[in-house]
Amino acid sequence: MGWMDAYRLGRERRFLLYRALRRRHQLSAVKNRARKIRRRDILAFSTLRNERIRLPYFLDYYREMGVNHFLFVDNDSTDGSREYLAGQEDCSVWTTQASYRQSRFGMDWINWLLMRYGHEHWCLTVDPDEFFVYPFCDTRPMAALCDWLDACEIRSFSAMLLDMYPKGPLTAQPYHEGQDPLEIASWFDAGNYTINRNWKHGNLWIQGGPRMRIFFDEDPWKAPALNKIPLVRWNRHYAYSSSTHSLLPRGLNLVFDEWGGEKASGALLHTKFLDTFTAKAEEELERGQHYGNSREYIAYHETLREDPDLWCKWSEKYINWRQLEILGLMSKGNWA
Amino acid sequence: MSVGVVMLVHTALRRAEQVARHWSAAGCPVVIHCDANVPDHRFRPFREALQDVPGIRFSTRHSCSWGTWGIVAATQDACELLLRENAEVRHVFLSSGSCLPLRPVEELKTYLAARPRTDFIESATTSDVPWTVGGLDEERFTLRFPFSWRTQRRAFDWYVNFQRRVGFRRRIPAGIVPHLGSQWWCLTRQTLSAILEDPQRREYDRYFRKVWIPDESYFQTLARKYSAHIESRSLTLSKFDFQGKPHIFYDDHLQLLRRSDCFVARKIWPHANRLYRAFLTDPEGAMQRREPNPGKIDRIFSKASERRTRGRSGLYMQSRFPREGWEGGLTGAQYSVFQGFSELFEDFEGWLSRTTGCRVHGQLFGPGDAEFAGGQPVINGALTAKAALRDHAPRAFLTNLIWNTRGERQAFQYSPRASQAVAWDMAKDGNAQISVISGAWAVPLYLSNRNFGVLRKEAARLQRIESEFIDALRSPWARARVNIWTMAEFVEAPMEPLQIVVDEMGMRTARRLSEVPRMRNFAGFGQFLQNLKNQGMHPHLMGDFPVDDGDPAPRKDPDGKQRRPYLIKK
Repeated sequence: MGWMDAYRLGRERRFLLYRALRRRHQLSAVKNRARKIRRRDILAFSTLRNERIRLPYFLDYYREMGVNHFLFVDNDSTDGSREYLAGQEDCSVWTTQASYRQSRFGMDWINWLLMRYGHEHWCLTVDPDEFFVYPFCDTRPMAALCDWLDACEIRSFSAMLLDMYPKGPLTAQPYHEGQDPLEIASWFDAGNYTINRNWKHGNLWIQGGPRMRIFFDEDPWKAPALNKIPLVRWNRHYAYSSSTHSLLPRGLNLVFDEWGGEKASGALLHTKFLDTFTAKAEEELERGQHYGNSREYIAYHETLREDPDLWCKWSEKYINWRQLEILGLMSKGNWA
Repeated sequence: MSVGVVMLVHTALRRAEQVARHWSAAGCPVVIHCDANVPDHRFRPFREALQDVPGIRFSTRHSCSWGTWGIVAATQDACELLLRENAEVRHVFLSSGSCLPLRPVEELKTYLAARPRTDFIESATTSDVPWTVGGLDEERFTLRFPFSWRTQRRAFDWYVNFQRRVGFRRRIPAGIVPHLGSQWWCLTRQTLSAILEDPQRREYDRYFRKVWIPDESYFQTLARKYSAHIESRSLTLSKFDFQGKPHIFYDDHLQLLRRSDCFVARKIWPHANRLYRAFLTDPEGAMQRREPNPGKIDRIFSKASERRTRGRSGLYMQSRFPREGWEGGLTGAQYSVFQGFSELFEDFEGWLSRTTGCRVHGQLFGPGDAEFAGGQPVINGALTAKAALRDHAPRAFLTNLIWNTRGERQAFQYSPRASQAVAWDMAKDGNAQISVISGAWAVPLYLSNRNFGVLRKEAARLQRIESEFIDALRSPWARARVNIWTMAEFVEAPMEPLQIVVDEMGMRTARRLSEVPRMRNFAGFGQFLQNLKNQGMHPHLMGDFPVDDGDPAPRKDPDGKQRRPYLIKK
């Protein structure tokens, strides 16, 4: 990398941090329990809007995994999400009515919270419909993973977004509060992913899965990115640059091996496709606050009217992380 | 007659305390060295917590960072203290705070009592060990290393290079031959005291102070000087990954560790509660008295290292995306590509899949959607036939197909009409078996009912594409197994090439083909080629087709019967 590139990326990173600093005024604390955060705690960060029904299971899942404190940005929920989270002893909640799109889809807010509270912590940035799995997650807590990454001097850990979907029409099985969404959305696409390398930021750009197969089969370049780096040993100089797909400085994006080996990686099980999705897609389309002029939601809207079945004969039913490892969607790397 | 334990401790003091109590309860005197970098407010409670145990002493604290002399100095002091205070100790066992005894201490004592003069220390000369990290083996004894490898890497590398350029070499003190080995050993009082009381110790210490990673060479080298009987292995089960960092044991390794029959393992994750509970409080010691046998653990960890360095070939994913040339094979399994066969034969796919038993697809790369075997719109891994998705990333389409169907050989048709985006990828892929009947693309043109002007143009285009593909297959970069026949050659004796191709696929052991595919009827093809020539387009890939009224195949025998393809008898 030439000095000019280094300078440009540095400038981009400082600009992101500046934006985060400016946008912090949009957040007002509903309940700030950040004083409870201890030195080696694992933190989870999330932006949400009207996700009340998913929250109980979300919190249980990550508590069980060993997340010590949750920091939420509530973007003007009207369904009681904010009040529910404020009542949880291990959650801190901020709220804002500002535009999701203008805060770079919530990343400015999250970058600020990371800068303020995430410094020197392992930080997991996920949406309420994303469930993190990593090698040995059934027998080892997240602290084991973080300690191992520390010992190997690895600062960031990738987890590809794996879209989960139910068999049959989306509306056929209603989700109820506290239920494991993977009981309904338990299927995924095992091997139709494409990868491109982004040489500017050094990250991979992964596309594929049911969303590309069904919603973007005519225009695959517009299919959503699935590469994610949700777990980072944060430093206040870091910044997420494009959702959690890539970070700056760009060394953090080098979560893959270029010389034939496999680094350790996990997966984010994305349980977007539940019965709640149809209503959500309609609402989001109306608000027009999503990436690329909400083209994703426009595509959903067109197809969803037919209540499609994302399931196909070759869909794979989710069992556990070992299955994902064997299928080559994630890897143990040299963690044994 | 007893075993003394030296513990080097720097983190997880709570666990170290537990283990120290365990050793002590079994009647082993323990000397603990705590890294001077541990802050007082953590060290003091640790020390106070152990005050009630009589056999535990603390030695002078040194500052220990990885690969520096501090660790050796700490070991020396602790050993001196241990030997001085406990006259009955015969063996000294060096361990760390993250070591965990797997077998009852009594068994270790019995084991060592049965081998009173044996020193257990891994010790090999630099030329014999492959596991040095950083490419420094012999040089770690002949250069100076004032900079830290961990924190001052640039200065470290620069200084090493500088010394190499200048030709600097340190003199190795007389009387010793440098040896390397695991830092964790168990030495007899005799050997250890001889090392510590060596008249030349000042000289040795001065020398090893500047050696790189002296904790892996000081005792290993000097033990060779004094020991009567060295058993070159460590009693501590300790595995290192490809970067030289120790592997860590977790709760789910419990059964593995139990079955390993090793005495002590490191390193244990401090929060592995189940391991500590199982091995420190089980009075039973479920293991029998056997020789340590870490074979299974070795396999697991060496597999992990291989996965990290070599990976699964043919797999492209979020944490394995090799640069060009570093894939270790573009694809993960062998597959066959046929060009020109389905043009020449009727139902070639059906015949091939019946003959070889592998999955035979039609034209995967177009034109149009991919023709998966059986006309499926989606196949393994939810890979779809849609042309737009395939052409979005043709190479990924190929690698995904082969990866998703691993375990079952794939074959598919290719043609100059298809997308040529993967032509070079296949040519360079050692897993590909590519068979080409050159010029066969002209048959569909001949059989079609289009204006000759259009045909002529199309023929020129296809010929250009195919000859580029053939150039790729014949280039020095090609690694695929390639068979190319001109159409004239092939039609002359079709069974021999078919036999070769099927044999190479190695699917069935049957020596000869029992069923033959039916060749299309293309009488007048020679004339068609001649017409193309007359129009100024030179079709050369077909070979020499006679222009006679008929064509070589199906050729008529003199008695007027149509000749059948024949089998070659071996």
